[in-house]
Amino acid sequence: MADIQVEEKSRGGKKKPKKGDARVDMTPMVDLMSLLITFFMLTAAFSKPKVMEIVLPEKVRKNEKVEPPKIAESRTLNIILGPDDKVFWYPGKADPEVTVLQETNFSADGIRQVLLDRNRALFRKIDQFEKDVIAGKIDIKQDSMRSAISQLKKDDDTGPIVLIKAYKTAKYKNFVDIIDEMSIVGIARYTFTEIDWIEEGLVVNAIGQEPETASGSAQ
Amino acid sequence: MPKIKLGTKSPRIDMTPMVDLFVLLLTFFILTATFRPQETAPVDTPFSVSEKPMMDANVMTVLIAKDSRVFFNVDNGPDTILKFRPKILAEMGKRYNIEFTEDELRLFEKTGTSVGVPIQDMKAYLALKDTDEKIAMETGVPIDSTDNQLALWILFARQVNPAVKTMIKGDADVPFPVVREVLDILQDKNVNRFNLITSLRAVEVTEEQIGEE
Repeated sequence: MADIQVEEKSRGGKKKPKKGDARVDMTPMVDLMSLLITFFMLTAAFSKPKVMEIVLPEKVRKNEKVEPPKIAESRTLNIILGPDDKVFWYPGKADPEVTVLQETNFSADGIRQVLLDRNRALFRKIDQFEKDVIAGKIDIKQDSMRSAISQLKKDDDTGPIVLIKAYKTAKYKNFVDIIDEMSIVGIARYTFTEIDWIEEGLVVNAIGQEPETASGSAQ
Repeated sequence: MPKIKLGTKSPRIDMTPMVDLFVLLLTFFILTATFRPQETAPVDTPFSVSEKPMMDANVMTVLIAKDSRVFFNVDNGPDTILKFRPKILAEMGKRYNIEFTEDELRLFEKTGTSVGVPIQDMKAYLALKDTDEKIAMETGVPIDSTDNQLALWILFARQVNPAVKTMIKGDADVPFPVVREVLDILQDKNVNRFNLITSLRAVEVTEEQIGEE
């Protein structure tokens, strides 16, 4: 402390010896800071994961007697998630004698094409609506656009009612993928239900092997 | 014509305003950056087209790791003063007759990592310092019906913070029955609205795929 005081005193008495450029070269500092800013900006923008919302129908408790909603057989499309990213589907009601499972996959020509074929009218409607909004033909806010699309879906009475079921060797990825396909194709009505023994038998026939455990998915 | 004399000043630009601005921006981004605590179990989320960003607060996450271990995580709420995490842990302790000390509760509040141990091991887990030892201890939250601790975590999380939203962060390769079990537990607790955490992947439907009417 004393040292500093002495120094200051002596300095104060003298005149400045040099009249050099007192400016500091700030380029490295600026370099570093722009790097840091870029880093923080990018991490702030991209670190957020996305979420996909699903709503499952309320569980029927054992002692409750609730009639399951009746749906038209002709509009029903059953999708069964199989092992090894396979997808099986059949229309209508399962009948061990008659029903034949169609096998497909998650590629663009797979289950998406099946769904699109059935949901064409609604998909076109939504697609046209979105195009009109982008082109500026319909003046609508982002929020009301979403509700308008869900209204379109609600009014739809031609598209399929999709029942999604999972065989016990399906992966979580398949579940996310199939719900994803629903939103890509704009299916208005879909739900996830428990696989029943008829369908399990059909899947076993289709993949041509016995399951490892007899009652693995009987939950 | 007289020549125009250029000044002999150095061509250096005054960078002070730029630096000022940079410092401000940097401070802003550093302060707003939220550092998510490193999850001990790596989870590769599946892809989807959903563009809805994850919420910042009021979130409880059920993590399902590749090896089917189940983790549970919940945040402190929108304000740090709310201290939801220690409250939930205290409730859990009460149910299992485990008295958590003030220090343990505070430690649980500060570390935002997910719960991956049975509540009986929680005290020992919190006492550990070494990350590797901690990871070795994480056997997952029990979800079987004899001791369904996940259901209790969900119950207390929803009691303490009624606004909590449910996230499911599953690994892409988890067998579906495990996910189904977790969904069942959630539905038993009357949670019917889930948010599946996914990574973004854009998909477009081409004109020819739509096909003719």
